[in-house]
Amino acid sequence: MVHTGGAMRRRMDHMRGWRAQLMRLTSDNLACRRGGRMVFTGVSFAVAAGEALLVTGRNGAGKSTLLRLLAGLLPVAAGRVGWDGGAPDQSVGEQAHYVGHLDALKPGLSVRDNLAFWTAWNGAQAEGIDAALAALALDGLADLPAAYLSAGQRRRLALARLVAVHRPIWLLDEPTAALDVTAQAALAQLMRDHLAGGGLIIAATHGPIGIDGARELRIGATIGAAA
Amino acid sequence: MSALAALYWRDLRLAVRAGGGAAIAALFFLIVVALVPFAVGPDLALLSRIGPAILWLGALLASLLTLDRLIAVDAEDGSLDLLMMTPMPLEAALAAKALAHWTSTCLPLVILSPVLALLLNVEFSAMPAIALTLAAGTPALTFIGLIGAALSVALRRGGVLLAVLVLPFTIPVLIFGVAAANAVIVGPAPFGPPFTILCALSLASAVIAPVAAAAAIRHGLE
Amino acid sequence: MPISDFANPSKFLTLVSRVLPWLAVAAVIAFAIGLTQAMQAPDDYQQGATVKIMYLHVPSAWLSMGIWAVMSIAALGTLVWRHPLADVAGKAAAPIGAAFTLICLITGSLWGRPMWGTYWVWDARLTSVFVLFLMYLGVIALYWTAEEPSRAARLAAILTLVGAINLPVVKFSVDWWNTLHQPASVIRMGAPTIDPSLLKPLLMMAVAYFLLFAALHLAAMRNEILRRRVRTLRLMQANEAAS
Repeated sequence: MVHTGGAMRRRMDHMRGWRAQLMRLTSDNLACRRGGRMVFTGVSFAVAAGEALLVTGRNGAGKSTLLRLLAGLLPVAAGRVGWDGGAPDQSVGEQAHYVGHLDALKPGLSVRDNLAFWTAWNGAQAEGIDAALAALALDGLADLPAAYLSAGQRRRLALARLVAVHRPIWLLDEPTAALDVTAQAALAQLMRDHLAGGGLIIAATHGPIGIDGARELRIGATIGAAA
Repeated sequence: MSALAALYWRDLRLAVRAGGGAAIAALFFLIVVALVPFAVGPDLALLSRIGPAILWLGALLASLLTLDRLIAVDAEDGSLDLLMMTPMPLEAALAAKALAHWTSTCLPLVILSPVLALLLNVEFSAMPAIALTLAAGTPALTFIGLIGAALSVALRRGGVLLAVLVLPFTIPVLIFGVAAANAVIVGPAPFGPPFTILCALSLASAVIAPVAAAAAIRHGLE
Repeated sequence: MPISDFANPSKFLTLVSRVLPWLAVAAVIAFAIGLTQAMQAPDDYQQGATVKIMYLHVPSAWLSMGIWAVMSIAALGTLVWRHPLADVAGKAAAPIGAAFTLICLITGSLWGRPMWGTYWVWDARLTSVFVLFLMYLGVIALYWTAEEPSRAARLAAILTLVGAINLPVVKFSVDWWNTLHQPASVIRMGAPTIDPSLLKPLLMMAVAYFLLFAALHLAAMRNEILRRRVRTLRLMQANEAAS
């Protein structure tokens, strides 16, 4: 089920060519304010190439907010995000995949066309599309309109972007939500491959997502302590 | 295929699909124009005199109708997040979306306008001129509407607010569009000056609107 | 939630409390002088006593455009310098600008009745002011719609600047449209060739209007700052209750 063919290997070779060892994403005393309220303050971490960071915390602690902030989709209220390595002229968001709660799919387009659009938008080669669909077991559904997909299939199609377009940082918000056991295993394999290839993963999650040795960042502790 | 071309074609395909806005806008245009004779009476002399004005008003309202969803759909399904996470400037992405909207919504109105002009008893000789003014002026409507669409997405309110914000800004387009069309039919002013100004309005709004719309979306980030 | 965000506005508030009474008194005095002079000014040989409407109409027309300029500067302050007082200034100015624009439209229409025999003609100047009024209402509607004040301020600032670009275009197009449809038989209001005996009271009234605007604007800015403080305190209260 997990596709680890030539396309995938080419991707990883490409990745190693990016001085993967030097890549490092750091956050220093990061804070985010939404609607006049501080969601979190003083979040610091460092993730190097090949490492995964699991962001945990209770509901409303700001896990999703942190990922959106790293993706450049929210303004930073205080602190800073540091990014060494990779392409120097690009921001973190421009070198990251963000898979949030919304799948960014158009129900009127076919499964392949949905993925093909994001591949083209990100300037990646169209050859990777079929391999990406196969990696998430969507190859049988390629010509079906996305409107017919179940929640789990939609999620898998959103995750297929990770494979079709190569980017060193993966920002995943509850990536296992709506996935069955087989799909979770496939995703875990993709994540392990990504890490082995020198990529970085930051995932917001409530439970284990199948990566050994991932570090944990618990946020929202300061608010909890005040209670 | 380049990224912007991919976005343009995606939006175009979505708009012309069933459920996309293009066909509905054309239908709306048809109905608005058909309503006017019922309101003012079937006086053919009057209708031919106000024909260009009716066509322009109909095109203005019909293009606004679908602008509401231009950015909102992408904001609601998460596509806007991903559109912003590339080195491609958001301004360029919005311009591509606006062009796709123009092709799917306004171009059919331009093509339909001679047929409707026939219903309004406008002279045959004036029909190409009316279509030409619509073709030259509707890009300005789309781009001005783009600002409104971005503001309503940033505010998370759409619909009527968009019309309230956008319509006052379209007055110059309406003035020169109708004036150019009328110049051909009744004169006495020449066609050239208002038509040239109309083109200038379209070009200027194509430059200003993507910048303002992208600023609105960035400042609306939350 | 840092109250310190409003450290600068605090200084502003003390300044307002010191300056505002003087401004208000000055505005009242200026109106007293201006209206007296206007009453004593000679009637127009054509228009009779109705020309006195001019002293209310013309300064409000000037202010209706001047306040948009004030809002545009405030918009630049919001977007470029991110000055905390700038978005307060912009928000406070919008309803006042709409009010002066409405005064201009109403006095213009009352003046038009004896002049044109009807309350409204699509005169080029009146039409431009009417479009300006619609644009003010758009900005106010935008402020109403957004819940969060700082975001509303930034979005309204963008709309204000686009409006500032659009206003000359509207003015030009309406003038052009007017000459096309109405040959120059219309009596032009507030014509620039004005007798000095009429000009003096007019300028005095303009000063009075400006002082009134300054006083109203400062008071509205003070109210807006206080309103935001109340909002901040309530948010803090909600946060404390939540934790």
